[in-house]
Amino acid sequence: MTTPDVTFDLSTTPLRAVNEALHAPGLTGEFAIEHPAGGHSVAVGLDAPIKVDVHGHVGYYAAGMNQQAEVEIHGNAGTGVAENMMSGTVVVHGNASQSAGATAHGGLLVVEGDAAARCGISMKGADIVVGGDVGHSSAFMAQAGRLVVRGDAGEGLGDSIYETRIYVRGRVASLGADCVAKEMRAEHREELAGLLKAAGYTDDDLDSYTRYGSARSLYHFTAENKY
Amino acid sequence: MCGIVGLHLRNPELHPRLGELLAGMLCEMEDRGADSAGVAVYGDPDWTPPGQGAVSLLDAADGADELVARVSDALGCPVGARVLEKTLLLTAPVDSESLLATVRSCAPDALVAGFGADLAVLKGVGRPQDLAAAWDLRGARGWQGVGHTRMATESAVVAAGAHPYAVGPEQCLVHNGSFSNHATIRRELRAAGVRFDSENDTEVGARFVAHQLAQGKDVEVALKELCATFDGFYTLLVSNRDSFAVVRDAIACKPAVIAETEDWVAMASEYRALAHLPGVAEARIWEPEPEVIYAWTREGGAVQGADA
Repeated sequence: MTTPDVTFDLSTTPLRAVNEALHAPGLTGEFAIEHPAGGHSVAVGLDAPIKVDVHGHVGYYAAGMNQQAEVEIHGNAGTGVAENMMSGTVVVHGNASQSAGATAHGGLLVVEGDAAARCGISMKGADIVVGGDVGHSSAFMAQAGRLVVRGDAGEGLGDSIYETRIYVRGRVASLGADCVAKEMRAEHREELAGLLKAAGYTDDDLDSYTRYGSARSLYHFTAENKY
Repeated sequence: MCGIVGLHLRNPELHPRLGELLAGMLCEMEDRGADSAGVAVYGDPDWTPPGQGAVSLLDAADGADELVARVSDALGCPVGARVLEKTLLLTAPVDSESLLATVRSCAPDALVAGFGADLAVLKGVGRPQDLAAAWDLRGARGWQGVGHTRMATESAVVAAGAHPYAVGPEQCLVHNGSFSNHATIRRELRAAGVRFDSENDTEVGARFVAHQLAQGKDVEVALKELCATFDGFYTLLVSNRDSFAVVRDAIACKPAVIAETEDWVAMASEYRALAHLPGVAEARIWEPEPEVIYAWTREGGAVQGADA
């Protein structure tokens, strides 16, 4: 870790002032945030090629709506970390609470520990790599992007999934509606290897992963309720 | 939203700091619900002298002197009384159920906020920070405390609707969420002779748990029964004199964080309520799994993580 250009201390500086400083036009450089104490909305709405290290546990929506920035959270993250991320990277060196990466359109979210329920709910194009387990209803209604789980997945994985590809190394408690196991073809192995490498996991045996995705049976509605 | 906090102190050296730590937790959760609040404190020797029974009454402070005189006469011994904002805390050298029976006979309409040995239950309408100051919560001591900041959804903003619901001896329940079938269960409990003080959905959960415990079931079995019976969203913290338990519904919609060290076990709706606890940086921190009951007993033998 390099020395940051600016260090903010949330025990003395109001969060609004910190987020305003991080939203300054034309911003570049490296920043550190100390003593987040589980506060909400730390480093949200960033839209600049900056690096932000948050030292401690954060509350809801940390690094939400991120664009371009590279955010590392050295602690646990609360509900909705990297929610609606558009680009950039968010790395959680701990566990994440529910709805990590919800509705995210782009970028990479890495959770080194476990992610709780509804990880990647309604994800729309982001990549999410979880070092440990994910909770129930993860990738619920996921529409695009990739979710990699190096541990186990809880109940109802990929319920009502559209087009997201899910790779799970461990046990899946149960699959949700329309989510099925699929063949790992060469392009999927290549994709998985690339995602793991991007997240810093280079030693995993690709053969230990199973791919899951949409059976696409929910795509077809029956007009006028004629079954 | 509502906010829940609870702190179970294992290290007696921390007992003098219970109120300070609990007040910090409660006030941090104020923006999850600021219409009313309540706390339960176990073991403050000033509020609830050891060896005495205690009864907490709401909205009885105005006629307190007369009520205290009547209860003293009826018991044949002096009754201690302390006004803590809208709560009147009565104590006497008798068991708490005898004291409660006497209070009920002297003041049949008084709203009982809680009763039990070593238990003070304080509730009020208004901002949690103001209530904590009015109670001088920071000065309280003891081995365990729970608290709740309320954003009313299922019933009116009155003291009777504030948590904790402490409807059995030394028992408390606080709840974040809502029960959707509480009216049905309330009717069934009423038919079984259970009395209610409010239209609040949480009271139904508390009466249900108390009803189960009164039948001799332990807290884990009671909470498993609750999970099987109640529909809705809930994170519940259930305490009694010797135990501290947490459970969430099957969807785990409402937040909860548990932290544990050698010195304490704490639970809150959000981590930030725990951030000021001593040694939290070294704590084991996790989110409770859906419908898994996490329980600790005061003897220190953790029976945590039993599957529901």
